[in-house]
Amino acid sequence: MVTASHATGSGSGTAVTVVAPPQELRRIPLVDNLRGFGWLSNRVASISEGKTPLWWWVLFIPSALMLGMLVFMLAYQVSTGVGVWGNQHPVMWAWDIVNFVWWIGIGHAGTLISAILFLLRQRWRTAVNRAAEAMTIFAVMCAGIYPALHVGRVWYDWWLFPVPTTYSVWPQFRSPLMWDVFAVSTYFTVSVLFWYMGLIPDLAVYRDRAKTKLRQFLYGLFALGWTGSNRHWSNYEKAYLLLAGLSTPLVLSVHSIVSLDFAVSQLPGWHTTIFPPYFVAGAIFSGFGMVLTLLIPLRSICKLQDIITMRHIDIMCKVTLATGSIVGYAYAMEFFIAWYSGSPNERFHFMNRALGPYWWGWVLMVGCNVLVPQVFWFKKLRQNLVFVFIISILVNVGMWFERFVIIVIGLHRDFLPSSWGYYSPTWVDICTYLGTFGLFFTMFLLFIRFLPLIAISEVKGVIPQADPHHPLGGARVHSPVHKEE
Amino acid sequence: MNGTSRPFGILAEFRTAASVLHAAEKVRDAGFRRWDVFTPFPVHGMDRAMGLRNSKVGWFTFLGGVLGYTTGMVMIWWMNSYDYPIVIGGKPMFSPYSAFPPSYELTILFGAFGSLFGMLFLNRLPRLHHPLLKNRPFSLVTHDRFFIVIECDDPRYSPAETRRLLEEAGSQHIEMVEE
Repeated sequence: MVTASHATGSGSGTAVTVVAPPQELRRIPLVDNLRGFGWLSNRVASISEGKTPLWWWVLFIPSALMLGMLVFMLAYQVSTGVGVWGNQHPVMWAWDIVNFVWWIGIGHAGTLISAILFLLRQRWRTAVNRAAEAMTIFAVMCAGIYPALHVGRVWYDWWLFPVPTTYSVWPQFRSPLMWDVFAVSTYFTVSVLFWYMGLIPDLAVYRDRAKTKLRQFLYGLFALGWTGSNRHWSNYEKAYLLLAGLSTPLVLSVHSIVSLDFAVSQLPGWHTTIFPPYFVAGAIFSGFGMVLTLLIPLRSICKLQDIITMRHIDIMCKVTLATGSIVGYAYAMEFFIAWYSGSPNERFHFMNRALGPYWWGWVLMVGCNVLVPQVFWFKKLRQNLVFVFIISILVNVGMWFERFVIIVIGLHRDFLPSSWGYYSPTWVDICTYLGTFGLFFTMFLLFIRFLPLIAISEVKGVIPQADPHHPLGGARVHSPVHKEE
Repeated sequence: MNGTSRPFGILAEFRTAASVLHAAEKVRDAGFRRWDVFTPFPVHGMDRAMGLRNSKVGWFTFLGGVLGYTTGMVMIWWMNSYDYPIVIGGKPMFSPYSAFPPSYELTILFGAFGSLFGMLFLNRLPRLHHPLLKNRPFSLVTHDRFFIVIECDDPRYSPAETRRLLEEAGSQHIEMVEE
């Protein structure tokens, strides 16, 4: 705890005197053990310095092999045609779109943490935002593969963009699929910009402690000559706030527009107005699942327990619980509206969802997304890391099945019983999906090894030493209040 | 570093956020113009202590956003209803409703570019060569130290008095930085 001797010892100059608040009103520091600025730089930078640790290779080699498998699968699909997928009439959207929506959704937690929680002044976000933003970017990269391939002839993908084509026909913007192109590419670009801007001061940290010429050159180049000038910080913080303000409506719009790919159609189970908010909540839910999956092992391996504390895990579990419950509400509301609409097709679709041939998908969806997160009501369980890790994986299993339920169950029995069918994936679907994990983890591991995994300068800004009105920041304190310590 | 190099400014080191904040207030009150505070993270209240005005980045964001929205709307109108109109499902050639989502995304895209590049432009970055980046003690600015630098070009700068001001402000270490 803060003591008076601590405080007056480090102070200098004619500081304003501050009366320290009573014990019970004192803020619990976000970083444990009162770690200082130097410790934060050393701890985070040490992950990227020195010899590559064994654990990194143990994780990287299988990831890179899976990435190799992805490259092979993509080459196979492009050279043979997408007929190698299990997609068959009437299920013409299947694993490809399921995986696209799933990966995009995972990205949403990164933007929520970096933008929305910034606007809400949630200072704990600084410990996790960098890794979560990296997760966003890599997840969107994985997602982008699927629609690019789904068009069948990848070499015509550029027709999606408004560039003059051979016959001078322009894309037609009345289709939500076209909106999706703009939403996803904007999302990716803005996420990269936001991430890079956050990285600039931390790249300067790496530049200033670089031991080799190459590191000094590369980190120095990308740090753009950052000096930590307060005139620069002033513009920087404004730009950060504005980017957070822009990313917030962006992230809400991206999954809304993805949901419009479905909701604008006439299909029972898809044609509902609840889709945009329901998709956004589900996306944040799955994204927090992935953040927990990544950070729980990382904080132990990289010894970041003082930065990503149990309190952080606790808060993220609560967000998972809240968004999972919103998703549960949406599931219930869909059933209610199906009944209330009086439409026989809607009613049939929802009965078929729960009791049809894909009943197991629906059970997994409801079980993993609605029932399982309810355990987070209990503090004891939120503090059990192994338990939280397992739940976080179940969350993503559940969210994958949510998209499967919406897409495959929505399509396999439409209006005409004569055209009903049953969909099963092929080995190509499965291996491509596994391959995207290779891409994701390869990118993430490279990120851990070469870039600051924690937003160093942002975390420095939230510790008590950074506050000029806190005794640890050098402010003078009226000693009587502190005497009892 | 050759012998003919001239001084860039005077550099004063501080150990705590509070001490650099109060020193900045003193430098501000002494009327200096070409000076700056260097910190590992943005110190709360420093803009006020330095007497800085509100940042102008917002204008770049705003211009980017307006440009993005206009680009989206005009582009879609021009492509779908002027340059190559095609009737699709009996829908209108141009409708602001269906043109809105892409234009909305472009608003954000251009606004984001405006924010980042506006920030870099106002900060005159990238600037890979700077007298301070060659200074050894200064490299701790990204680690745990705070610095105030007063440039020799400042009209109020005088070698002895400026040094005394910084000493009185509580700096533990003061040195000259070469150009």
